[in-house]
Amino acid sequence: MKITLKIWRQRNAKEAGKLETYQLNDVTTDMSFLEMMDILNQHLIKEGKDPVAFDHDCREGICGMCSMVINGKPHGPLKATTTCQLHMRSFKDGETITIEPFRAGAFPVIKDLSVNRGAFDRIIQAGGYISVNTGSAVDANAIPIDKITADLAMDAAECIGCGACVAACKNSSAMLFLSAKVSQFALLPQGQAERSLRVLNMVEQHDAEGFGSCTNTYACEAECPKQISVTNIARLNREYLMATSSAQVVKEKNFSM
Amino acid sequence: MQLDSKIPKGNLPDKWTSYSSSVPLVSPANKRRIDVIVIGSGLAGASAAATLGELGYNVKCFCFQDSPRRAHSIAAQGGINAAKNYQNDGDSVWRLFYDTIKGGDYRAREANVHRLAECSTHIIDQCVAQGVPFAREYGGLLANRSFGGVQVSRTFYARGQTGQQLLLGAYSALERQINAKTVEMFTRHEMLDVVLIDGKARGIIARDLVSGEIQRHGAHAVVLATGGYGNVFFLSTNAMGSNVTAAWKAHRKGSLFANPCFTQIHPTCIPVSGHFQSKLTLMSESLRNDGRVWVPKRKEDRLKNPLEIKEEDRDYYLERRYPAFGNLVPRDVASRAAKIVCDAGNSVSEKGQAVYLDFSDAIKRLGKDKIAERYGNLFDMYQRITDENPYERPMKIFPAVHYTMGGLWVDYELSTNIPGLYALGEANFSDHGANRLGASALMQGLADGYFILPVTIGSYLSKEIRTPHIDTNHPAFATAEKQVKDQINQLLNINGTKTVDEFHMELGKIMWDKCGMERTAQGLTQARKEIRALRDEFYKNVKVSGNADEFNPELEKAGRVADFLELGELMVIDALERNESCGGHFRAESVTEDGEAKRNDSEYMYVAAWQYDINNPTLVKEPLDYEVVHPSERSYK
Repeated sequence: MKITLKIWRQRNAKEAGKLETYQLNDVTTDMSFLEMMDILNQHLIKEGKDPVAFDHDCREGICGMCSMVINGKPHGPLKATTTCQLHMRSFKDGETITIEPFRAGAFPVIKDLSVNRGAFDRIIQAGGYISVNTGSAVDANAIPIDKITADLAMDAAECIGCGACVAACKNSSAMLFLSAKVSQFALLPQGQAERSLRVLNMVEQHDAEGFGSCTNTYACEAECPKQISVTNIARLNREYLMATSSAQVVKEKNFSM
Repeated sequence: MQLDSKIPKGNLPDKWTSYSSSVPLVSPANKRRIDVIVIGSGLAGASAAATLGELGYNVKCFCFQDSPRRAHSIAAQGGINAAKNYQNDGDSVWRLFYDTIKGGDYRAREANVHRLAECSTHIIDQCVAQGVPFAREYGGLLANRSFGGVQVSRTFYARGQTGQQLLLGAYSALERQINAKTVEMFTRHEMLDVVLIDGKARGIIARDLVSGEIQRHGAHAVVLATGGYGNVFFLSTNAMGSNVTAAWKAHRKGSLFANPCFTQIHPTCIPVSGHFQSKLTLMSESLRNDGRVWVPKRKEDRLKNPLEIKEEDRDYYLERRYPAFGNLVPRDVASRAAKIVCDAGNSVSEKGQAVYLDFSDAIKRLGKDKIAERYGNLFDMYQRITDENPYERPMKIFPAVHYTMGGLWVDYELSTNIPGLYALGEANFSDHGANRLGASALMQGLADGYFILPVTIGSYLSKEIRTPHIDTNHPAFATAEKQVKDQINQLLNINGTKTVDEFHMELGKIMWDKCGMERTAQGLTQARKEIRALRDEFYKNVKVSGNADEFNPELEKAGRVADFLELGELMVIDALERNESCGGHFRAESVTEDGEAKRNDSEYMYVAAWQYDINNPTLVKEPLDYEVVHPSERSYK
């Protein structure tokens, strides 16, 4: 099949970028979207041009490294699918495909389609963990967790940290990402000791990174390749409200309502 | 050169306990003054960096991805083994040890493997405490399933994403230490050399992949947790960025590389579909719990609709050949059996090679919902890639390169032969012998990182408490930095006509055809010539676009392929030298009468550790002493 590509080209974070147009005539339907990008780059290198920089690694839909906004949608047209799991059979012969980076103030462009998502790591640093040093754990079956709760925690824990929720949101909010981690630990008995401080610290970091607020458009859930539910955001809001009245928080953060 | 494996004296089950009780300690006040560099942030690297940080060392951790959470451990699907015996099915530390030694075809060290089995139970405890959401039964206790090569259910899992959940656990522990400022994290950085001073590892040269800046980092010890080298085959189940470069630079500096030819070809992967293919996708081994592998008995049926092939016309060849283990034979056995039926002309794919993995019996027995609950995400992934529905038609699968048992030679303390240089996880050679059992890679990565290295490194660092912070102005750093810069400039200035990927694909084809599932002396000899010719051509004709001082993924790839072109030759040399069949290494010259792999214990019961020399590497043998287990023919019949 023949494809026309309009791709965002930007040399680095400082220079302005623009869309460039490329033609590909040797695309097949069984090819993955990133294999199509590989072929484009092989052509560009042979022509002495600069290949398109894009992030990718596992190509199995789990590492969260691949990104790209394809025809206006983060990770492209298929529901619950990362860019690397998208295949060219989802496009028509002769189609024009526009490819841009994930756009958000908190995700500065590194080059072309590659962006810096370090802000997500810093949100986790603020409290996305259970403080347990190696070696101090009790026997695993000493903490029974009912299956329903364990499954809900797993639903939240499936987040791959790709940032599609941010790219989809008109406010560039990272609430879906943040709420998935807060939910996982709020649901589990192991997460109770740090429950209140965790949610406050993580929200504080989220805001400091420049992510926006949630206004409940649910675009994040619609575009999430792992179908993380917005009920996690509802849980996050509840957790936040409860935390502001916890004794631990009032003492440690000198917090008053 | 004499290798000392430093295996502690005493009875096998007591060795690790007595070692850890007597290893020298470093006091908290001294730990604060000691710097450790960890390269890689997968299960082994992240767990080691986090634990060393908790202990109070100053840690710097490096990864080439944009976040430590993206390391390729994340893609492990099926599970992690542990000798918990929660199922009361007769499991024990001894059985896990024995299964692993036997599964490895008696080419691993007894003491290492026993220690691994001992640590396995603590890993599960640690991960649950971190909030890893393992699968559970309705009573709230942990669920288990079976994996290949064993007859108990000892595999813990989190849907089909066990690697992801374990890595996110280790990642959260790492991020906690970054917040506590015990660990400094360097993402999008690649180690390009290790720096030795007076024979000891004292730091690294790294490239900031965004700015292109070449940096010097000093430390009292360097830990490599950089994964395996399966991408030497170009097509593998590894992530695109997985590479051998850090380990290879260490090898060039004198660290021995052990058993490089021991590669694992995983039996259940989605078959190759075209020349543009960039990687292969694994379908978890756990599928063989409920899926049955078959091909049509008659060649003329091979392209027929499988639903129309009658039961009596199907050859369930694993169940036929190996009744005791059936579809759950170890990976090397299952892969070779698939190759045999396809070579005989019974492949079910028009384009290439494939066999069926069929769930219709299991769906009849358990219902579609149960199968969807167990494997839903894998079935979805299969459908997305192939456009076929595995609930209705059997999956088509074929073996693909998945894991490398070989790696940097390490002693019992996980130290390479260079003092102060350690190797963990898939990057070392130590625990899986000639074949790794399913769900054991996650176990080894976390055992090494959480429980073993943090103890054993004390034996070295306790002697380093008087060493001040390493001065990176030392001439050794300047020399290493110059070499790194020279290589980058060399690659950028060749300006030939072939791309890096074209060289990589050619190398991969040589490796797969002549050093893959079946190896012969003739093929290996030919492969060595071809790799050398390809390497010469690479340095004359490769085209690397862009500059050194910018974000340049092509330059990163070029450096990695340059190292694969050297490693590939060593793998071939090692495979040629080992004129026996064992585990994943199958020499057509060494088979039993019924076509199984024939080991040769009298001549090859050793670890083959190679000393770097681009023209003529030297073989150093570490004999394997089996004190407790008696190696026998490995039978799954």
